[in-house]
Amino acid sequence: MSDTRSASRRDFLVKLAQGSALAATAGTLWAYLLKQEVRAHPFALRPPGARAERDFNAACIKCGQCVNACPYDTLTLAGAGGDIPIGTPHFTPRDIPCYLCPDIPCMKACPTGALSPALADINDSRMGLAVIDLENCLSWKGLRCEICHRECPLKGKAIVLETHPRRISRHAMFMPIVHSEHCTGCGICEKACPTAEAAIRILPHKMVQGKIGEHYRLGWTSETEITQEFQPSAAPDAAPEAAPRKAPGMDYLNEGGL
Amino acid sequence: MTVNRREFLKTAVAGVAASTMSLPLTRLAEAAARELEKGWQWDKSVCRFCGTGCGILVATKGGRIVATKGDPDAPVNRGLNCVKGYFNGKIIYGADRLTQPLLRMTNGKFDKQGKFQPVSWEQALDVMEEKMRWALREKGPHGISIFGSGQYTIHEGYAAAKLMKAGFRSNNLDPNARHCMASAVVAFMQTFGIDEPQGNYDDIEHTDTAVLWGANMAEMHPILWSRITDRRLTHDKMRVVNLTVYGNMSSDIADLEIVFAPNGDLAIQNYIAREIVARNAVDWDFVNKHTVFATGPYDIGYGFRPANAEKYASAAEMETFRNEKVRILDKWEAIAQRRKEGDAVEQKNAATPMKDWAIGFEDFRKALDPYTLDFTAEVAKGDPDEPMDAFKAKLKQLADYYCDRNRKLVSYWTMGFNQHQRGTWVNEQAYMNHLLTGRQCKPGNGAFSLTGQPSACGTAREVGTFAHRLPADMVVMNPKHRALAEKIWKLPAKTINPQMGSHYVKIMRDLEDGSILFNWTQVNNPWQNTANLNHWIKAGREMNNFIVVSDAYPSVSAKVADLILPAAMINEKWGAYGNAERRTQVWRQQVPPPGQARPDLWMILELSKRFKLKEVWGEQKIPGLKAEGFEDGKLPSVLDEAVKLGYSPESTLYEVLFATPENKKAKWPDPIAKGHPNITATLLKDGWFPEKALFEEYRQFGTGKAHDLAPFDVYHHDKVRGMKWPVVQKEGKWVETAWRNNEQYDPYVEKGRGFDFYGNNGLSLVVGDLDKPGDGSRKVDISHKAKIYFRPYASPVEKPDAKWDLWLCTGRVLEHWHSGTMTRRVPELHRAVPAAVCWIHPKDAESRGLKRNDLVWVESRRGKIKVRLETGGRNRMPRGMVYVPWFDEGVLINRVTLDATCPLSKETDFKKCAVKVYKA
Repeated sequence: MSDTRSASRRDFLVKLAQGSALAATAGTLWAYLLKQEVRAHPFALRPPGARAERDFNAACIKCGQCVNACPYDTLTLAGAGGDIPIGTPHFTPRDIPCYLCPDIPCMKACPTGALSPALADINDSRMGLAVIDLENCLSWKGLRCEICHRECPLKGKAIVLETHPRRISRHAMFMPIVHSEHCTGCGICEKACPTAEAAIRILPHKMVQGKIGEHYRLGWTSETEITQEFQPSAAPDAAPEAAPRKAPGMDYLNEGGL
Repeated sequence: MTVNRREFLKTAVAGVAASTMSLPLTRLAEAAARELEKGWQWDKSVCRFCGTGCGILVATKGGRIVATKGDPDAPVNRGLNCVKGYFNGKIIYGADRLTQPLLRMTNGKFDKQGKFQPVSWEQALDVMEEKMRWALREKGPHGISIFGSGQYTIHEGYAAAKLMKAGFRSNNLDPNARHCMASAVVAFMQTFGIDEPQGNYDDIEHTDTAVLWGANMAEMHPILWSRITDRRLTHDKMRVVNLTVYGNMSSDIADLEIVFAPNGDLAIQNYIAREIVARNAVDWDFVNKHTVFATGPYDIGYGFRPANAEKYASAAEMETFRNEKVRILDKWEAIAQRRKEGDAVEQKNAATPMKDWAIGFEDFRKALDPYTLDFTAEVAKGDPDEPMDAFKAKLKQLADYYCDRNRKLVSYWTMGFNQHQRGTWVNEQAYMNHLLTGRQCKPGNGAFSLTGQPSACGTAREVGTFAHRLPADMVVMNPKHRALAEKIWKLPAKTINPQMGSHYVKIMRDLEDGSILFNWTQVNNPWQNTANLNHWIKAGREMNNFIVVSDAYPSVSAKVADLILPAAMINEKWGAYGNAERRTQVWRQQVPPPGQARPDLWMILELSKRFKLKEVWGEQKIPGLKAEGFEDGKLPSVLDEAVKLGYSPESTLYEVLFATPENKKAKWPDPIAKGHPNITATLLKDGWFPEKALFEEYRQFGTGKAHDLAPFDVYHHDKVRGMKWPVVQKEGKWVETAWRNNEQYDPYVEKGRGFDFYGNNGLSLVVGDLDKPGDGSRKVDISHKAKIYFRPYASPVEKPDAKWDLWLCTGRVLEHWHSGTMTRRVPELHRAVPAAVCWIHPKDAESRGLKRNDLVWVESRRGKIKVRLETGGRNRMPRGMVYVPWFDEGVLINRVTLDATCPLSKETDFKKCAVKVYKA
């Protein structure tokens, strides 16, 4: 792909999207578009360093500079009619993933800070999170694929392989597992996945990540644990409360039959 | 969980920063977590739930539990927890926690028909004392009772037992553990003369075969199940067999799922024994050296009311209850018991089911004759849709495992065996097959009874909070045992009542017929957990009696009560539990209880202050008492003797039983507390450390009797994660025992014996034949030996018929523990499984015009409940059986269940009765 062709293509794409945005501002869709912009869409995969979706939409002026700066044509500006606010940059990893330029040209091109300049290391970017469809992942079926693991720019960190014995034969299973701690959401895995439809995909964190309750700590990972020498308690020999409060549970006890 | 405001803001700020900059959330979260965890105090504790006994670590700050985690150093769970264990930190913070005593009152006075109103502890104890005194006056020591618990801490159970048995001279203390593992206890005692499993959880990593007999470990013992699963995945030879009456989650990893008909396990065990003998797979060296063959009577009834049942039961109920007198044998029972079909067998041994006698091997072999593959398969096949050949092939495969001398094998069971009309028998049959093949007390080989409650072993069994028990396997009926207890407790001779008290179900029946007037329920939920519940709710609410319920939450039982005492929960007090592998584990108080909630131990001690020796140690009437050295129907006054021991008739039970000069030597505060509070000691204000003192006193019972425990402080050492008794001192160190009765591990085994079932030392058995004990003239010494019992197949007392056409089985689900008082207060667990459902085979639903999610009635001769129907999900019912878990107070399934018990163990069979299901 020559530079000129690429540049002109990007120019075209930028102008196309900006044109439709302009057209829209002149038209009766204005109100609709405003609403659409406010309703930050969870599915948009944004360039590296993008702020949280709502803040990003507020800061992005749809100038297309990031798109122009991307050497891989990864980024496009959203067109009309889609779910993503018109004119904002996003990418579709199965088409072209983010190749994690160490100098982060897209971010540097951003005039408003919608792509935050605080991102110093491209490996700290969190564009999304890779999620594996275990049912259709070849490796999880026992085939020796593991392409995503090998292609991952943070191989061994963002995608690791777990090995397990396989009950039906003497061949172990090699299962790729994604670690959000390291996954940038670049989508190289999604691009590389050899199944007819990708069995590993990038999704925004909010859509996929759970959270363990604050009341629990895992007993076998953290390094900060005190397991052998329990510190003396600082808690005073608490005096019991004197005055009875309103008794909870009384409604249940006093109402209704048995 | 709560964090203070400053910390919260810090975390929140970090979160915002992370989300605005798309920086790695985890890294910031970690930093925030480290910040948040500053000032957290970690300490060791134990999971509040099942008998597995997982270790947990608890973090506190500012008087609240802020987090928990699995204890990575705990050998049981190695840092893991199941999803109930994950919520240990939340169970004490339910919104409707009881925080003050509540008394039913009208116009400021107690009224049984009144509404609950808050009262002070002083008022609560005043009325409790008054009512207890009234019951004692009316009925003597038999008029009062306590429903105790397998969730009592060791200290609580010990204090309750001492108060009742030594103080009030009443044996009417029985735990919910009666519903849980009494059958296991009786079988241990009959077979080995000493309670509890010889093996331990490490058997899993040594064995080649795990056979589950009515134990859905995948749900009920999740952490042990992950060990079994790991063994299955990593050890080529490992096989897992799931014997069950319906398909469940334990089948998912099983190599063999055997769905049998209710009571079919009795036949299957005998079929296996028959194969072991026929295929010459007997370990004769082991059998000859270490065992004796035995049997007992078959005509033992079903544990119903022995007399006047019709006075309390409906005509429909009597259809089942009448079997207590005479049983008409069905075809299978007749073959299995060498009788004729239709024989009317008078249940002559209903009052003496424990009788046993020695038999010869030839008799034993003859007794097994009827249990051919054809017979067993016909009587035991549980899934009507399974081809007979397929079922037979499975039975044969199972027998192959048992007969393979090169295969190690562990049998596991829980409620499927224990809650069984012949629960003791079927437990003993498990030992039969393990002893025949020499597979007991060896790493990877053994019959291992699991428990459901965190201290069913540690408290209910070892302390002895049963109606017949004293600590360390002793019983009140035995004069030597009483004498020893009286010595340790410094009581006058004949203080302890020699008459066995009322067991759990009998306490309910006694409340119903008015022979018990006072009940105190501690750490359990009798009016949800007892079968045939409609009777007992009525007895509790309508009879002239007084019921006190100590609980942390408003349970069904609290609603039945007259007085509710708000109880402190696990980490709000000092405690100790003993798990299923004999591991005694302890914890310190971590946080204060809320409001006016108090530890049960404090309640027991406060109550004991209110009674003087002269009230309870004088002559007492005991209806029906007959014992050597006692006048019929009477306990003698021991007041004169008491004076000789230095007591005064004016001494309180608190002074005589608890705050004794010896016990008061254990001072509070104590450096072992490491600054942790002790609300019991603080409230008592007399400077002693009750938990430590009582533990040290209790320890005397087991020391030197193969039940040895280490001193209190040893368990509290930072590095100790519980120890398996007997714990004996070797070269200055306290050493636990991994496998009992095995010379390699057990210090109590006589040198050179290899294996030694010393529990039976000094005992003998009369010699008889299969049908009778003989004339008693010939006796065999069974010292150092275990008994191999022949026990026959017996049909269930109530079976589905044209009208009541389905079996009902009840049990638990992983997410909820027992009656749900704790787990249903955890919003996340409640959201996961908000209500009980009725599992049914899709065809059974269809043939009744029902579909999934329909609201249906499940009705038996005793009662009915409304519940939603489930045709899929975790349980796969065979046609002809439904399953309803009992955790949900909105679906009180025990209104429907039958209160038949194993006549030996008095444990209720919650696993089988006949019901019908129809649209609500």
